[in-house]
Amino acid sequence: MSSSTTTQTYVPKTRVGKVTDYVDSRVGGSGIVKEFGRKIFPDHWTFMFGEVALYTFVILLISGTFLTFFYDPSMAETHYEGSFLPLRGVEMSVAYASSLDISFDVRGGLFMRQIHHWAALLFVASVAVHMLRVFFTGAFRRPREFNWVVGCTLLILSLAAGFTGYSLPDDLLSGNGLRIIDGVMKAIPVVGTYLSFFLFGGEFPGTMIIGRLYVLHILLIPAVILLLIGIHLFMVVLHKHSQFPGPGRTNTNVVGYPVGPVYAAKAGGFFFIVFGVLAAIAAAFTINPIWNYGPYDPSPVSAGTQPDWYIGWVDGALRLMPGTLGDNFDFEFMIPFPWGVNALSLNVLIPALVPAMIVFTLMFAWPWIEAWVTKDKREHHLLDRPRNAPTRTAIGVAGVTFYCVLWAAASSDLIATHFLVSLNDVTYWLRFLVIFGPVLAFMVARRIALALQRKDREIALHGRETGRIVRLPHGEFIEVHEPVDDYKRYKLVAFESPEVMVPAPDADGKVGRLDKVHGRISRFFFEDRVAPVTPKELAASHGDHHGEIAGAKDRESIASH
Amino acid sequence: MADSSHGAPGTSVTVATPGSELDSFANPGLPPHRPRLADRDRRAEKRAERQVALLFIISVLGTLLFFVGYFFIPLDQTIERLRLQNLMLGLGTAFAMLGIGVGIVHWAKTLMPDHEVTENRHAIRPESDRQDAEKIVNDILEESGIKRRPLIRNTLLGAAILAPLPAIAIFRDLGPLPGNALKQTMWDTGVRLTRDPSGTPIRASDVTVGSAFHVIPEGLNEVEHKLEEKAKAVVLLMRLDPEELNPSPGRENWGYDGIVAYSKICTHVGCPVALYEQQTHHLLCPCHQSTFDLEQECKVIFGPAARPLPQLPIEVDDEGYLVASSDFQEPVGPSFWERG
Amino acid sequence: MKALSQRRRHPLAAFALLLMALLVTGGLYAAASTANEAQAQTTTFTADDVEEGSKLFSANCASCHGMGATGSQAAPSLVGVGAASVDFQVGSGRMPMQMDGPQAQAKPVQFTEEQTRQMAAYVASLGAGPAIPSEEILDASEGDPSAGGELFRVNCAMCHNAAAAGGALTQGKFAPSLEGSSEKHIYEAMVTGPQNMPVFNDANIAPEDKQDIIAFLKTIEEQGSPGGADLGSLGPVSEGLFIWVAGLGVIIAFTVWLTSRSS
Repeated sequence: MSSSTTTQTYVPKTRVGKVTDYVDSRVGGSGIVKEFGRKIFPDHWTFMFGEVALYTFVILLISGTFLTFFYDPSMAETHYEGSFLPLRGVEMSVAYASSLDISFDVRGGLFMRQIHHWAALLFVASVAVHMLRVFFTGAFRRPREFNWVVGCTLLILSLAAGFTGYSLPDDLLSGNGLRIIDGVMKAIPVVGTYLSFFLFGGEFPGTMIIGRLYVLHILLIPAVILLLIGIHLFMVVLHKHSQFPGPGRTNTNVVGYPVGPVYAAKAGGFFFIVFGVLAAIAAAFTINPIWNYGPYDPSPVSAGTQPDWYIGWVDGALRLMPGTLGDNFDFEFMIPFPWGVNALSLNVLIPALVPAMIVFTLMFAWPWIEAWVTKDKREHHLLDRPRNAPTRTAIGVAGVTFYCVLWAAASSDLIATHFLVSLNDVTYWLRFLVIFGPVLAFMVARRIALALQRKDREIALHGRETGRIVRLPHGEFIEVHEPVDDYKRYKLVAFESPEVMVPAPDADGKVGRLDKVHGRISRFFFEDRVAPVTPKELAASHGDHHGEIAGAKDRESIASH
Repeated sequence: MADSSHGAPGTSVTVATPGSELDSFANPGLPPHRPRLADRDRRAEKRAERQVALLFIISVLGTLLFFVGYFFIPLDQTIERLRLQNLMLGLGTAFAMLGIGVGIVHWAKTLMPDHEVTENRHAIRPESDRQDAEKIVNDILEESGIKRRPLIRNTLLGAAILAPLPAIAIFRDLGPLPGNALKQTMWDTGVRLTRDPSGTPIRASDVTVGSAFHVIPEGLNEVEHKLEEKAKAVVLLMRLDPEELNPSPGRENWGYDGIVAYSKICTHVGCPVALYEQQTHHLLCPCHQSTFDLEQECKVIFGPAARPLPQLPIEVDDEGYLVASSDFQEPVGPSFWERG
Repeated sequence: MKALSQRRRHPLAAFALLLMALLVTGGLYAAASTANEAQAQTTTFTADDVEEGSKLFSANCASCHGMGATGSQAAPSLVGVGAASVDFQVGSGRMPMQMDGPQAQAKPVQFTEEQTRQMAAYVASLGAGPAIPSEEILDASEGDPSAGGELFRVNCAMCHNAAAAGGALTQGKFAPSLEGSSEKHIYEAMVTGPQNMPVFNDANIAPEDKQDIIAFLKTIEEQGSPGGADLGSLGPVSEGLFIWVAGLGVIIAFTVWLTSRSS
């Protein structure tokens, strides 16, 4: 009601003012401007990966729309008559022929195909890096758990979007990829064969699959991605962005730049930068040269047949799993049932499903797993530096290592040819690493995180090593330490260091089973810890040295090193 | 404490002072603002302004480059021309975009205010809102009467559970049921082995020791569902010294004078196992590296496959051409539940 | 050459220059080997050739292949492998083998074209085998690249990669990249089946079909990739590595610049 009185009384003076007022009085833009015009966003380079993902998605929509105008998802047979000589007259599907036409006969078509595919690779990569940033800084903690789940779902959808798009040109490479999907699907017990027949509209490869993937790729999956991006961004606004701890930054404020003008300019400009970088890559570097691969045909195959990078880890798992052990044992079990014998192919099912299930289950559930371990139900708007959460960081590094070993396994043949080693040895090594690599990585990463924390402690207490060596009057050499100022020191000491929670006995004096487990896990997480420097400790160390030259106690500690 | 604060790695150590939680540093507040060059020096400000404008001009030039590539590089079916056009379109777009992007960001960094601003967070859910919302929900439930009328509630639940089932059932016609399709191929008694892709028949004498033929059944190129049949029927034909083959009982006459034919479809997940090493007599799948040994009837000797490749029994017809003695004796390709 | 000079004006001139240098080197090599090949075809083998070849063989090859090329435990018999086999193995630098390994690798060629021809003459005299192909059949311009492409994909791509970039075999063996291989060597490899490569005799792939395959290989080699640098034609692995290292690297550099304070 008050707005109607405002429009009656307010008379804009400038032309821009009149237009704005015309719109505002009909849609209520004032409220939006009031809410967002000066909203504060913290600035840190690691906060930009979500934006990269968003921008690559926009570029994908733009370039993808162009491609749909020329692409024909038909699997009908045709003979190629376009410009590319080495395929002229070859029998192929209409889908493949139209992809070739986009590449060779539509002006700018090749550029659009290349920028679309490069953007797709960067899209999934930036989603992954964004999630790693969120994980390693603890940004998934309350109140952002649901947004983490939305993000995880977006990751899965981006994989689905990528895979469905990869298959559309109907070339030999992607066709063999589909063949692998078909093989994996058929291994699913009871319903696998039916699923395969339903997906392909009959026997592999059939004439339906490309059209079906096309609908998923250009309609269903992007629509759901858009919806989830909307929810994701809504929650970002609702929660306000998290920030790293530092001088002036607390759990109850946001420090940064206002949307208008600085943040909007930087974020808007960054869209053009991402677009420009992708355009430069698409200009000078070939991606998915479908003309090399030829049309899909179930008989040929190319050496070095791999999926795009984000599916690589599942392909790698398929490669690493041994099908047989020794001479007499294999992982395909023939199970006798009253109605006959059925086949269970664990050599396919285990690698295709188990690693993905482990990774995705842990990923989705992690905010609640960690909250259970720490019993920390508070709201967190201040991030952790990765070193200040050593166990979480180590678990993340172990996960990344597991993923990377599987990923490397997908290129085992190229590792073999490029480093002149035996393909079989590469496989054996990677089999070893996929089991023990994460454990080793966990131990190393935790040690490094703790060591970095100790280094921070040293700097906070004794200052920065200057590299200047001073000879004291009695002949001793010492290195001069320069004390850090209050702002720098605060960055080094502003963190929490949770302690081991000892299970408490209940009213009857008993410790529950679950409590015992919790106690053990809490010990595993927080037994090794480095606490932040306290003012008392600092005062104690300060009492010993004055001015630039380190005092006696420092000399002792230097000597003891 | 001094020792443990430099504790050696490997031992469980806690680096902390007792009671440290109560005793922590006070937040010193935002550091003093440090003016930029452009804030202090008018010339630097002007320079930054010119740099931003220059970047925007570069963007304009990029757009022009795009148009030059688009309109003045006619495609003449040569790869070289296409590469040049792609480069010009791409670099044109890249300069057009980067010029704008870098320009705006440079503008924001050097000329727009760079004072950090603090804003307070608000409670995500103020308690008063929660109470109001709870009351509203209770009122809605009360007014709808859903709690008081269990008959309505339960019948609605039942209906709502059943109603989506047709939406699932309607997808039944996505494909036919498998039936026997995966258990049979085009091969049959007397079907000639022919070259892929030409479809010309092969004489036993054509297959010399060490050679490998990629084979399709005769007439494949004429059938209606060519690719589906080909996906099951492709075969690799090789000739070894008969001494090196070790056929198991019952399979002695599945080959002909050292010539053997095996399914090319991997028993793992179906890639063509087409890599034949003629000295070691190993077959390798390029997708997941399953390795099969011809000397042991294509037993798996490495990799993720669990079953040998199925062998196609072959013989020679009256005219000296290789023909199949029968279809494969087991389903080809990846395993499936009903394989049995 | 006009197109080349056009390219020189481009921002990627240095890159193009490098590519050009590589192309020129490759071209010179190709020209040199074509010239040699013409020499090899001018005469049939004479008794002198066989005589000289026999001496060369005894001095350089017999330690492994045995006197009279009947083979030993270290190396196979060469009776009946034909002149094409010698011309390929010695002419591509694979023989004499430097050391035992999973397979003989191409090295700098050890013998002159004349010496290679004489050894080929000697080995050919020991038993009938594939002969060195004639010049007409090696003329790539006479072949049909699209028919050759189909044959290549069915018979060759699974080991050598669809773009002939090479691939891995078991236990350290590999199928080499065919880039820079001469028409003659490609043909000889098909008829003789060196190392673990299967033999593709004339009954399997007719000589005209082999010519088509050579035409296909030479076409894709000469025209290069329309999309720019081909990243080794290794498929999604090199593309994935590129976007993670170069693509994301550049983006991160921009994010650091974007969020840093101006001085």
